[in-house]
Amino acid sequence: MMASRERLYAIGADYRKAISGYDKIVKICCGTGCISSGALTVYDELQRVLSKRGLSSKQILVKKTGCHGLCERGPIVVFGDDEILYQNVGKRNIERDIAALLATINEDKIEDELLYKGDDKTKRYMSSFDIPFYSGQTRIVLSLNGVIDPENIEEYVGYGGYKSLHKALQMNPMEIVDLIEKSGLRGRGGGGFLTGFKWRSCRQAQGLPKYVVANGDEGDPGAFMDRSLMEGNPHGILEGMIIGGFAIGSNHGFIYVRDEYPLAVYRLSKAIDEARHHGFLGRSIMNSGFDFDISIFRGGGAFVCGESTALISSIEGKSGEPRAKYIHTTEKGLWGKPTNINNVETWSNVPYIIDRGWEWFQSIGSDRSKGTKVFSLVGKVKNTGLIEVPMGVSLREIIFNLGGGIQGDKKFKAVQTGGPSGGCIPEEFLEIPVDFDSLTKLGSMMGSGGMIVMDERNCMVDVARYFLKFLIEESCGKCTPCREGVRRMHEIVDRICRGDGSMGDIEHLEELGKAIQLSSLCGLGQSAPNPVLSTIKFFREEYRTHVQEKKCPAGVCKNLITVSILPERCTGCMRCAVECPVDCISSEKKEIHGIDQSLCTKCGTCFDVCRFGAVKIS
Amino acid sequence: MIEFKINGRHTRANDGETILDVARREGFVIPTLCHHEILGSDGRCRLCMVEVKKRKRKRIIASCLYMAESGIEVSTETPEIQLIRRTVLELFLARNPASEVIRYFAREYGVIDTRYTRDNDKGKCILCNSCVKTCETVVGVTAISLSGKGPHKKVTTPFDGPSNVCIGCGACMAVCPTGHIYMEDRNGIRTIWNRRFELTKCPRCGRYHAPLAQLEFIAQKSGTALDRLTVCQDCR
Ligand SMILES: Cc1cc2nc3c(=O)[nH]c(=O)nc-3n(C[C@H](O)[C@H](O)[C@H](O)COP(=O)(O)O)c2cc1C
Ligand code: SF4
Ligand code: SF4
Ligand code: SF4
Ligand code: SF4
Ligand code: FES
Ligand code: FES
Repeated sequence: MMASRERLYAIGADYRKAISGYDKIVKICCGTGCISSGALTVYDELQRVLSKRGLSSKQILVKKTGCHGLCERGPIVVFGDDEILYQNVGKRNIERDIAALLATINEDKIEDELLYKGDDKTKRYMSSFDIPFYSGQTRIVLSLNGVIDPENIEEYVGYGGYKSLHKALQMNPMEIVDLIEKSGLRGRGGGGFLTGFKWRSCRQAQGLPKYVVANGDEGDPGAFMDRSLMEGNPHGILEGMIIGGFAIGSNHGFIYVRDEYPLAVYRLSKAIDEARHHGFLGRSIMNSGFDFDISIFRGGGAFVCGESTALISSIEGKSGEPRAKYIHTTEKGLWGKPTNINNVETWSNVPYIIDRGWEWFQSIGSDRSKGTKVFSLVGKVKNTGLIEVPMGVSLREIIFNLGGGIQGDKKFKAVQTGGPSGGCIPEEFLEIPVDFDSLTKLGSMMGSGGMIVMDERNCMVDVARYFLKFLIEESCGKCTPCREGVRRMHEIVDRICRGDGSMGDIEHLEELGKAIQLSSLCGLGQSAPNPVLSTIKFFREEYRTHVQEKKCPAGVCKNLITVSILPERCTGCMRCAVECPVDCISSEKKEIHGIDQSLCTKCGTCFDVCRFGAVKIS
Repeated sequence: MIEFKINGRHTRANDGETILDVARREGFVIPTLCHHEILGSDGRCRLCMVEVKKRKRKRIIASCLYMAESGIEVSTETPEIQLIRRTVLELFLARNPASEVIRYFAREYGVIDTRYTRDNDKGKCILCNSCVKTCETVVGVTAISLSGKGPHKKVTTPFDGPSNVCIGCGACMAVCPTGHIYMEDRNGIRTIWNRRFELTKCPRCGRYHAPLAQLEFIAQKSGTALDRLTVCQDCR
């Protein structure tokens, strides 16, 4: 079926007409996070009771949406146009919560228990517009996440989807490339390469056919930005790719999705089928004469397969080893043909730029980083989740306003940005604007948008050790500095953590790190020393204390600490003794407690549970 | 004709020549471990790194892969390049302490010892991939490959077992720069890659000369009769 402009409008109009027939819309988040905390049960139960005649006299549309961002508090249920947001629905008592949902539907009765609670535990927020986590955000690529049903193309069209594609198809391809370039859009996959520039070199490259690829590999542990986009608004990615294909002169696109993302694969496949059915994909898209189709490639899920040349090898059916990029993939990519790879979030921005113009996009963000960036904010912040903010907001704003500050009101120590090979940024730089260049200048990077907040109970040497461990496992092993060097950095850092550090280790790490950065073949090795080099740069003293004084100031490195109880503070409440996993705390009620040092594993549980500050780690 | 400079000296290159090709031809010394004259290189060892200045921009690149370009200035001995060489050699010294080739290179570039714990389970292999390429592209069977990742990467047969496509030709062993690959001919049996091959006796001189599997492979590929091939080269 060929879609013309009339047909596009007809789908939109039909959708809006259908929607206006409902008295209420209930959106249940069915992203991976909420599904794992029981969202599908909530959905099924609510549908079941609503289908019983008489339980509601109203016309209700219950729909499954993509991720809302506050996954930690899922399942999330939202009414209407975000007027009411319920959290943790069905987590404790499913029947009671379903009854509460019914009461809200039928009588507009608000269930306080299910509302979002603020820091002080007394204030409750009704609408997501008021919750600081949301009100501090600027949502562009996430604007339809949590709003539309990703498995229903009519909803996407009803909210203006595929309008930009229609508009783009009336333009000259070179005009589109110009427009993307002028918008200042830079790649969201990590490097921050100017997207329009990449499109231009691919358009101008010799050789046919040309390919466009969406990189949805997302190997960073704990990151779920790209997954949420693929699950929550797959058509947005498709639309961006089709426009890109038209601009570049390509007729075929691939979406590379890691195998661990089955829901993303399912929703993308469904979106592709529906788009084909409506004539947005396939032959002569919207009667324009332009042919374009997209296939999904399921990747094995190695971190390095996200690297563009390894990704190409992987699609070609070879082993996922990167190759030197002295010839760009825009000239020789998939099967030696010009190939334009962009991250999923980068593609998602494209329809919005076409729709609202480059001037609009350019007006958002900072000097050399335009638009917004999606981050996954995790670690020791109160509100962990998925956020989208304009480039250039400060780290402080993200961590203390949106993130709500540090858990347990401990002291902020550092924030790690850029995924496993990013860097740690200390408090003195909290005011810096979050954009590509500022982060790079600090020895960290934007990466794909992971942000891990750390407090005083995080040891920076231990943190560096953790990331090195990950990178050793993920190195493909092709080139010497990365394969051998990273494990040797780990060897040294591990020794320091175990109390066997020696003078010169820090300088040795700096030297080895520099050599690895300079000589590794791909971005993984080139950035692998970052966690170590950035922690040495900002927390050198902490390294020195480990090496020279054999002490771990944060109280984490087990060989370097002792845990003891301060008799003057201990109230004998027994809390620590109950929680101690190895039962090494002698306990009599109301008596001062003691720790059997020969048994203590230094896990720090007692420290964390004592309400009187009586446990000392030194 | 491409004209550029190496360490300040004017040089010329043909299309498709790498910096390493040109430098070697012109008598500059750039150490390499994973490069092979015929098989080329995949840029694995990183010993051949040099600095390339193109207009204002400086980059460190693998000379075995980077094509010569007009107007660039190549430096092969900057402090950074020396740091890279020393680091790579020190790392190899720890990985392959038994390798004479590594010890030779290390000595040559002033790396006396390694500060890292020595591996004793990795043999002499420097993961240059030459054996794999030879088997695949020269011999025409794919009996071995690089498998595993990170520090566990190694060259091996499928599942480390006896490969059922290997013909026992020994070309992989011949090309290996470090002598890592073990091959032995004894009592009419060749042992390589965990597999034993029956050697063919030349009907004229009575000498064992090649594995039967190899002769069968050649017979099939070339259409030569097997009984012609069983006669050794000297007697033919
Ligand atoms: C080790 C490594 C892993 C990477 N992983 C990803 C990834 O998971 N997703 C992604 O989009 N880009 C990843 N990249 C960046 C890609 O190589 C590439 O630059 C990017 O997909 C280009 O898209 P962009 O210009 O839109 O950012 C990775 C790079 C490296 C070096
Ligand atoms: S830098 Fe690491 S991941 Fe990249 S090619 Fe070298 S070994 Fe492989
Ligand atoms: S929790 Fe604290 S106060 Fe209570 S018994 Fe343990 S050390 Fe004493
Ligand atoms: S001996 Fe076996 S593995 Fe080696 S090149 Fe010959 S066929 Fe390949
Ligand atoms: S066995 Fe020899 S030829 Fe094969 S990869 Fe190792 S060093 Fe290279
Ligand atoms: S999956 Fe529901 S809020 Fe993220
Ligand atoms: S010779 Fe160039 S990387 Fe090994």
